[in-house]
This record gives sequence, C-alpha cells and structure tokens, in this order.
Amino acid sequence: MASETSLRQGRKAPYALLSPGMLWLILFFLVPMWTLLRIALSEKPNAFLPDYELTWRWANFSDAVDRFQPELVRSFAYAGIATLLCIAIGYPLAYFLAFKAGRWRSLLLGLIMVPFFTSFLIRTIAWQTILGQEGPALGLLRALSLVSVTDAIGLTRDGAFLNTPQAVVGGLTYNFVPFMILPIYVSLEKIDARLMDAAQDLYSTPAAAFRKIVLPLSLPGVFAGTLLTFIPAAGDYINAELLGNVKTGMIGSQIAKLFLKESNYPEAAALSFIFMAIITAGVLIYAKLLGTEELAA
Amino acid sequence: MTVAEPIDAPSAPDQGRAVIEIDDVSKVFGDYVAVDHADFTITEGEFFSMLGPSGCGKTTTLRMIAGFETPSSGAIRLEGQDVSRVPPHKRDVNTVFQQYALFPHMSVWDNVAYGPRAKKVAKDEVARRVDELLEVVRLSDFAQRRPSQLSGGQQQRVALARALVNYPKALLLDEPLGALDLKLRQNMQLELKRIQREVGITFIFVTHDQEEALTMSDRIAVMNQGRVEQIGSPREIYDRPATVFVAGFIGQANLWPATVTARQGTTTTIDVAGRTLDVTDDDSGLAVGDAGTFMVRPERMHVELELSDPDRWTVFATVTDAVFQGPVVRYELALPDGAAAVAHVPARRDGLPLPGDTVHASWSDESGVLLAGSPALAPATGNDDAD
Repeated sequence: MASETSLRQGRKAPYALLSPGMLWLILFFLVPMWTLLRIALSEKPNAFLPDYELTWRWANFSDAVDRFQPELVRSFAYAGIATLLCIAIGYPLAYFLAFKAGRWRSLLLGLIMVPFFTSFLIRTIAWQTILGQEGPALGLLRALSLVSVTDAIGLTRDGAFLNTPQAVVGGLTYNFVPFMILPIYVSLEKIDARLMDAAQDLYSTPAAAFRKIVLPLSLPGVFAGTLLTFIPAAGDYINAELLGNVKTGMIGSQIAKLFLKESNYPEAAALSFIFMAIITAGVLIYAKLLGTEELAA
Repeated sequence: MTVAEPIDAPSAPDQGRAVIEIDDVSKVFGDYVAVDHADFTITEGEFFSMLGPSGCGKTTTLRMIAGFETPSSGAIRLEGQDVSRVPPHKRDVNTVFQQYALFPHMSVWDNVAYGPRAKKVAKDEVARRVDELLEVVRLSDFAQRRPSQLSGGQQQRVALARALVNYPKALLLDEPLGALDLKLRQNMQLELKRIQREVGITFIFVTHDQEEALTMSDRIAVMNQGRVEQIGSPREIYDRPATVFVAGFIGQANLWPATVTARQGTTTTIDVAGRTLDVTDDDSGLAVGDAGTFMVRPERMHVELELSDPDRWTVFATVTDAVFQGPVVRYELALPDGAAAVAHVPARRDGLPLPGDTVHASWSDESGVLLAGSPALAPATGNDDAD
C-alpha cells in the first residue's frame, strides 16, 4: 500500500516540478501569442487612431508579405551573411581559446565578455562614430590613400562606410560574434584533447583528425551559436537604423515603425507572425540537416 | 648466486629481433629532465613493461615511441629506421590510451575501422579485419553500440581492438588498466596476455603497478626520476634488484644498512644487523669501508624459537608484532642493532612465536643481495599503491 502511494507521488512529482515553468510559459508566452494573433486578424477602422477590431481578416498576412517582401528577404540575407562571418571569426577564436590559450584562457574569455558591460545601442552608436565621415577609420584610409582601393573591393561606397549593407552586416557581425564564440568554445572545451592524439596515432594527419573528430564533436556548439546569432540578428533593427539607410531596412525596423509610428497594430502583428513562422521553419530544417539530436545522444 | 628459473625460459628476449631501439634518449622540458639517457632495446613479440612511480619518465618515453614527443637527444629506431622526428600518423605503432580516448560520436565498429580507413585499406579488407579483431576481443555483438553504452572493461577492449586492427609493429599501452576496478583489472591482465599471445605483436606496457608488471611482462624496465634503474625479467628484478630503489619499489623488502669489511673476488664480507657475514656473487661494486644496503625479501626470512639447524647462523631478534594474514603470518621484528625487519612465515598450526618472544631470525645465503647506496634511497611509500 505504502509503496503504491509513493509510486503515485513519484508519477506526479515531475508535473509538480514542471508547473512553475508551465505557468510562466502560459502567462508570458501563450497568452501574449494569442493576443498577438487576435490583433493580427483585426482591422484598423480609423487610420488616425490606434484602435483595432477583430474581424478574422486573414488577408493581413498576405498583405504584409506583399508590402514588406524586400525587408523580409534583406533581413534573412543580412542575418545569414553575418552568421557565416560570425562562424568564420568565432570558430578559430573558440578553437584557440579551448586548445591553445593555456593560462591566458580566462583573461581572453573575460575580454570577449567585456563589451557586454556597455549597452548594445551605445556600442552601435560608437561604430557610427568610428565609421562616420569624420571618424578615425576613414581618416586612416584617407591618410594612406586607400579609399579608392576599399571602394573597389566594396568595403566602402563612394568613400563612405556608413549607409551601406556592408556596414549593417558588419555591425550585426560585431554585435553577435560573442554569441557564436561562447557555445562553440563550450563544445570544443569538452572535447578530450587525447582524441586528437588518438586520431593521429591512427594515421590521420592533424587536418584530417580535425575534420573527422573535432569538427563533428563541435557541431552542437556551432548549431547553438547559429541559433543565438541568426535569430536575434534577423530581428535586429538597431544596426539597420544606425549604420544603414532606407535601402538597408530590415524587418525589425519595419515592425517597430508599424507599432510605434503608424500605430498600425494589425499589420505589425501579422508581420511579426510571418517572421516567427519563417524562423521556426528555418530552425527546424536546420536542426534536421545538422542532426543535433543524434549528436546530443 | 645463480638464478635459474624455469619460469623465465619461454621469454628468452635477448635472442629476438629488435623492434624498437631506444638509443641514449633524453627528454628535457625547460629545465626538467623527464627522461635521462634511456638506452634499451625491445624485441619482437615481447611483452615489455615500463614500471615506475608517477613522474618517472615512463609515459614520456612511451609518447616519444608513439611520436607525440620528440627526443631532446638520442634516437628512437623502429625496425632499424630512425623515427625520432617522424610524426605519429606516419609511424607503424599504435597506442591504447589511458581512459581509452574512444571517439564518442562513432560506433564501436567505426572506432575500430578508423585506422585502416585512414590508411586507405580496401573496403572489404577493412570489414574483414574489424570483424576479426572484434572477435579477438569478444565484442562482436557490440559492434553497433556507442562507446558510452559500454562498460569500462568493454571500452578497454574496443581501444585494444582499435589499435591492434592496424597490425602495428608494436602496441603501446599507457596505464590501460588504471581506470578499472581490481577484479576487472585482474581479468584484463590475463585477457591482455591471451590477446598478446594470439596476435604475437610486441606490447610495450606502461604502469605504476608493480604487481601488474610482474604478472604480465616478459621483461620490465624499472624507471625512477627519468632514469632506467634496471631492466630484466620479473624474476631477476624481484630476486636480484640492481638498486635500492628497485628493491624497495618491487614487492616488499627488508633494507638494512651494511658496511663492507673485506672483499675477495666476488665474495664480500659485510657487517649487517650486528653480524658479520659473507655475500657471495656480489656485484654491488662496493669497496672495503663503503656503506651499502643489504636486502632480504620478507618471505625468505626464517623465524624460529628453537634453532632447527645448528649450523645456520642467525640473528637474535624480538618479535614486536605478529599479524595473521591467511597463508602467512607477518612478523615485525626488532634486530639487536635497533633495525626493524619484516618476515612472512607460513602460517603453521602451532609452534609460532608470539609478540615479545626472542627468536632466531635468519635467511638462506643466496636470498640476500648487497646494493650500493643507503636504504633511504627506497621509495618512501613502498609499492602498495593499488590505484
């Protein structure tokens, strides 16, 4: 009898433990999502007032896609390029930190975190100053008479850094690279260095040992880093606003504009939904391709 | 003092063909000398152990043979070829790593197939070899498992198969049994010997466990502080240790200070434990007046209340402790000069001395060995490190 009771309690315990989290999710995720969906299906009766009425207008979604297609494409393109750049910069750095940094490791990890002590906005404004017409970056290029060269390779446009897609992608890369480095570092750091010895002992060159052992074992970190970089980068609007121009607008800035300036809540909500749907689908496909479940097992 | 033991007969290591030559090899890290002029040869089909406490240089020597470290001076030859500067992936030796270093993202089968595949062996030959080796280590049923799904002993056998599948010229084993519990370790010792006989490959085995080395090896190199103290069969090393360190590290030993009083040929007269006695067949190199160490193994000691053989010389001693240990009784004795002695005496039913008794302690002539250096050179904690 007693054992049966404890067995029952044993079955209930997981749910009891889950309940705070579930409650949190219901209150702060499901309820707002439901509200957002209702707004997305509403109409705005008066263009000058922020009011909206639920009319189950599904066309809001297709309207939003039609109107903001360039921004949607641009968001995913910029975020994709920035993510690839983050991998290209972050992976070697994480590798160095995990295997070569030795006693400098803690200091270097700390240095990666240091920028977080300043707000995201301020850091981006700082880039605006650095890259501006009278900023030190262009000043150096002018002093070295390299502006024509950077124009030719596309780093600058008409002798300017700012208001270009390059500046936006650069800003996104700068702001999100720590989110790539840290998960890759964690997954590399867990790899037993003797596995590399073992692979070389079994006739692999150091490069082949990296390809067959270290790279597959670090993919969960690359996967996590990509999610942490790509998703916020795609939704980011500060970089597009501060470093770009009207032709580099991303979806985040459009949603913000719809909500805050036009007070067009239904369209903003519909656009947010579409954006979330695309990201969710993308992540699922990506997870499938990379097979992280397999790797985690 | 001749040691002619049938146990040693099958190994006959000196006649074999040299597989690995360690030619006056030293390895220095900064100002730390990890290996100090090691010089020995390992022959074909031999089970060769490097034994010593941690930091003695045995693992560094093994890593130099594998190619993970480069000798600071000297040369390592593999079947006559100088490989001192050849990277590990170009050497025909394979390693069983401490903690195994199995690839966690691959199945057992793929782990074992890694070497032949990297060597671009034909596909069906890879399959044939992997299946064969999994058979040898008795893991055929586990081929599709991941390493994390195996027990420690099974992982150990995968590591062994993964190395042996390449038919290396020598197999290097870096404390491979250290992570296993005692019972499993003893099973694996026998298993390793069986596999070695089956495949006939030279095994170079690194361990700090003297019992393990004695059980498995054809020859043992005992190392201390980067130097090779002695190389010999387990029997030689146990019965005729070359140094005080070896005497103290292998098994248990009574180590008494002794002074040489006379020499005649290989017979040396010494003062030990308040007695004067002759040591025949002495190769300690001590001169008259030198201080040295005299060693007798506890099980070679006789402890008697009444002298059974009136011709035998003895030392008077007082029993300070007697512990029944099953097959033997362990006696602790105080000798007349104050030195302590340990004796293992077969546990007879009666007639055994008790603490406080005065006894005749003795040993047969051929079981004592005179060594250069003071008894303080023995390792402080002895050898009962079961880890």
